[in-house]
Amino acid sequence: MQNLELIFFIAFAIIAIYSAIMMVTRRNPISSALFLILNFFAVSGVYLLLKAQFIAIIQVLVYMGAIMVLFLFVIMLLNLHDENKLSESITYRKITAVLLSILLMGLLFVTFFFGFMGKKSEIHETAGTIGKAEFLGKELFLKYAFPVEIAGLLLLAAVVGAVVLAKKKFE
Amino acid sequence: MVELNYYLGLSSILFAIGVIGVLVRRNAIIIFMSIELMFNSINLSLISFSSFLGDVTGQILVFFIIAVAAAEAAIGLAIIIALFRNKGTVNIDEINILKW
Amino acid sequence: MDNFITSLLGENILTFVLVTVPVIAFVAVFALYAVLGERKISAWMQNRVGPNRVGKGGVLQTIIDGLKLIQKEFVSPIRADKYIFNLAPIIVFTAAFMGFAVIPFSSIFIGADLNLGLFYFFAITSLGVIGLMIAGWSSNNKYSLYGAVRSVSQIVSYEIPTALAAIPVVMLAGSLSMQTIIHEQAGGILNWYIFGGPGAISKLILFPFMLTSAVILFISTLAETNRTPFDIVEADSEIVAGVHIEYSGMKFAMFFFAEYAQMFAVAAIVSTLFLGGWQSPFGDLIPFLNNPWIQFGWAISKGLLLVFVQIWLRWTLPRLRVDQLMTVCWKFLIPITLIDLFIIGLYAVL
Repeated sequence: MQNLELIFFIAFAIIAIYSAIMMVTRRNPISSALFLILNFFAVSGVYLLLKAQFIAIIQVLVYMGAIMVLFLFVIMLLNLHDENKLSESITYRKITAVLLSILLMGLLFVTFFFGFMGKKSEIHETAGTIGKAEFLGKELFLKYAFPVEIAGLLLLAAVVGAVVLAKKKFE
Repeated sequence: MVELNYYLGLSSILFAIGVIGVLVRRNAIIIFMSIELMFNSINLSLISFSSFLGDVTGQILVFFIIAVAAAEAAIGLAIIIALFRNKGTVNIDEINILKW
Repeated sequence: MDNFITSLLGENILTFVLVTVPVIAFVAVFALYAVLGERKISAWMQNRVGPNRVGKGGVLQTIIDGLKLIQKEFVSPIRADKYIFNLAPIIVFTAAFMGFAVIPFSSIFIGADLNLGLFYFFAITSLGVIGLMIAGWSSNNKYSLYGAVRSVSQIVSYEIPTALAAIPVVMLAGSLSMQTIIHEQAGGILNWYIFGGPGAISKLILFPFMLTSAVILFISTLAETNRTPFDIVEADSEIVAGVHIEYSGMKFAMFFFAEYAQMFAVAAIVSTLFLGGWQSPFGDLIPFLNNPWIQFGWAISKGLLLVFVQIWLRWTLPRLRVDQLMTVCWKFLIPITLIDLFIIGLYAVL
């Protein structure tokens, strides 16, 4: 079963990286959004490997089922189909940006990949119980009750704000 | 055997791709999606620490990040719609004044 | 032990794949005969005969229709976004089928008894809307686009009452696992959650609230599968056929298949949550009827009963207008489920 875990990890990692690259490089925003959905799917698979089942399903429900649907909806509403030729030319600024980002990638990768090499080789034995809805629910509503309330308030504020911002003015 | 640093390596690669997207693309919606990708990579690193250390705090933090991301997406997209209605474009190079 | 196949042959990758075979076979047969059933029932309600030419009484009608659809050419509109256009039916189809992984057919047969089963089902079925949306957008047809916009506003809105109406059961059962929810309802028809679940006091107090929750869950799942009276997404008389307008041949058949598969899936969810799933209504009076193999019959017949109610409603009620649809969801269903949730939560705490 250890090999299986590695195979699944490699498959999800390849899908995630490929879809992330495609997301950044596609011209058509709808394709970008679809690749981002694929990326979220692969990442939620990685969460399952980490035994964080609740977060994996939250990821599917909230990110893929709600946030990305919102994105697609807005892209459709704005009809960006005609705007494919949005000036996406290659300039020196962009080349510099890409080079610096690759440098950042190298830096992060060296720090995290080689810095943590051999530090932790196995998932903690309590990880399976931590990822369950019962445990997370108890933690959330007992220890972190106040932040949950604040998050609820924030969501309410976001709903009101979105309605006010996007409301059509009838003149 | 998948070790902690593999997950962190994946997370850092995704984060850097998100950074490239933000810096290179000019379409506001795609920049927004790149930011979501960066959120996602941070969530991944938090969850891998949480699972490997057996500490629930990382997952709680991810839970709140997702809640905030939902709020942020709603507001951000509303702003983009408002901008598009005023300027007729989502190219951030043309959206360069702070006041209409 | 999730199911008899893994317990017979051991847990390895092959048996996990084998588990899917009976489920897919069942869904395929069900979809074929549900189409025929729908046509026959509608004919019966309208005093017609219905399909009766192919086979005895028309039993082979949908098979022949399927063969016809397979033979058709793969047409894509010239201005359509080809890749996305062809991807859309696959997404809808996959999302509809993935939900079946957690639907319990018997105490010895479920695809995977996840401890977050119900949550998984809601998450996966919410992905179908992505497929409908990109189908509408990529067809490059204004009616399709209207259909897509309508489908999003409808499905996203109705997800809220669906989830809220399912929560009371989760609170009483104390679990999101489908099999645990059904095991809690053991002991005959009066212990089903639609009658307030096990426990004499809870039956007396909770019966009206659980009944409301069950009805609301049924209504909102009807909306999520785009069935009449909530079929403004397809609405033949307004926007021709909505997102399906440019699809033909096998691609159209996939949408159709997905719709019927989802009808059974939501019926099975309602029956699992409120009607005891595979539990026999006679409880321990007739132990023979609780045999694991007879439980298949209970699960499927309860599902089919609810599918019949769906079809019955379709041919009885007129279609709602878009604004009425939103009014029903936001001004009636959600407040009522919130009150329900509050009262049942209070009971569960006390």
